[in-house]
Amino acid sequence: MSLWQYIAERWDRLSLQSWLHVSGVVQCTILAAVIGVGVGILVYRSPAGSAIATALSSTILTIPSFALLGLLIPVVGLGVTPSVIALTLYGLLPIVRNTIVGLSGVDPAVSDAAKGVGMGRFGVLTRVELRLAWPAILTGMRVSAQMLMGIAVIAAYAKGFGLGSEVFSGLTRAGSANSLNQALAGTLGVVVLALVLDAIFILIARLTIPKGIR
Amino acid sequence: MTAIAEGLAGVSGTRAAPQRPSVAARGDRLRLFIQPIAVVAIVGAVVVWALSSDLNANERETLNLPTILTLTGQHVLITLVVSVLVVAIAIPLGVALTRPAFKGASPVFLVIANIGQAAPALGVIVLFFLWSGIEGLWAVAIPLVFYTLLPVLRNTMVGIQQVPAALIDAGRGMGMSATSVLMRVELPLAVPLILAGLRTALVLAVGTATLAFFVNGGGLGELIDTGYKLQLNSVMYVGAALAIGLALLVDWVGGMAERWLAPKGAS
Repeated sequence: MSLWQYIAERWDRLSLQSWLHVSGVVQCTILAAVIGVGVGILVYRSPAGSAIATALSSTILTIPSFALLGLLIPVVGLGVTPSVIALTLYGLLPIVRNTIVGLSGVDPAVSDAAKGVGMGRFGVLTRVELRLAWPAILTGMRVSAQMLMGIAVIAAYAKGFGLGSEVFSGLTRAGSANSLNQALAGTLGVVVLALVLDAIFILIARLTIPKGIR
Repeated sequence: MTAIAEGLAGVSGTRAAPQRPSVAARGDRLRLFIQPIAVVAIVGAVVVWALSSDLNANERETLNLPTILTLTGQHVLITLVVSVLVVAIAIPLGVALTRPAFKGASPVFLVIANIGQAAPALGVIVLFFLWSGIEGLWAVAIPLVFYTLLPVLRNTMVGIQQVPAALIDAGRGMGMSATSVLMRVELPLAVPLILAGLRTALVLAVGTATLAFFVNGGGLGELIDTGYKLQLNSVMYVGAALAIGLALLVDWVGGMAERWLAPKGAS
């Protein structure tokens, strides 16, 4: 059976797994963004805090994803939970780093001007600084999402979601008919989905970055 | 992880406000100092706990010093083979692709290497295994070389391309041949970037080597898998802790190399 026949025949299952894969990655990226931007806001004014937050999140990224799963499975069990925790943790670094770089890159004169027209600390942050840092934060989210597409494949080991389960069942059925097709469909699916997601991020950037700082 | 460098490069263009010495650099210095201490603490505590605690017969079977040493050895070997091959392929290729004669071919190689990295690591390993039928060390090493080539290749090319044309002209003006300009001007100036790429490749290799057991390549992932299949949490913890410790150690070695091997004044 050729790959195309295989994909056509199993389209229902493959499209469901693809959807779960993308939606899981997107949700974890958003979760990582909420946490990461929060951490960034808390530490960006303190050089020591920024250094610690960056060092900690880049250490997390050094941890092999399969080893992290090994730590998580005994604690939280199998299923969606370990995948979500792992993906969110790995998604943090690019977002934390870019939030700090973006916020501390805001010209102090601009923040001072905002204070001068009567904005409070919160107003300066939400209406000036975060908006100027938004391109950097969005780039961080985009990098995270790309990375998580691949890590999600490994996370399927813990009976998680998505196309990784196709790769795994292709592997366990090695030698039988269609095992190569199955693994190929899973892998190529991830590559295609990653490209599509990246294009969507570019679109979001075009739509949400204010004209003045583009 | 190269994607991150790319992402950050995108950021630096946003504003030219006076920046404090880069956040990333300070974070990295902190890690170089704390990481080795963390590694010794984690690995020491776990191994002592595992070898001294009351284990049942099943656990004894996997959690003994010879097994742990063999698996760690396999893991290190995979990482070394991949790194050596990546250096041997990516640096000469990167240099060749910046020479006038081959410049035209560079987009082709970058696209191929980009695809290699965009594909999920596990998918690449499994596909290579199913397609070739090879098992063991080479079943992991070959796809991983393909997978980790990009950071070193790209950094070599960028490192050489960013050497100011004036320096090359000055070298030529002093009577150096094109080869000696390459060896004595361009390559030394590119070393910091090449080393950064190598560190990224090392971390990718040591991380993905935990997946080697899927294709009978051994490595510390096997402990995690055994623990999972036999429901022995202690085995899982030891496997995970050792894999994490090794990854942090390799990253630290890469960080030290970046610091000490770069020519003084080039960074």
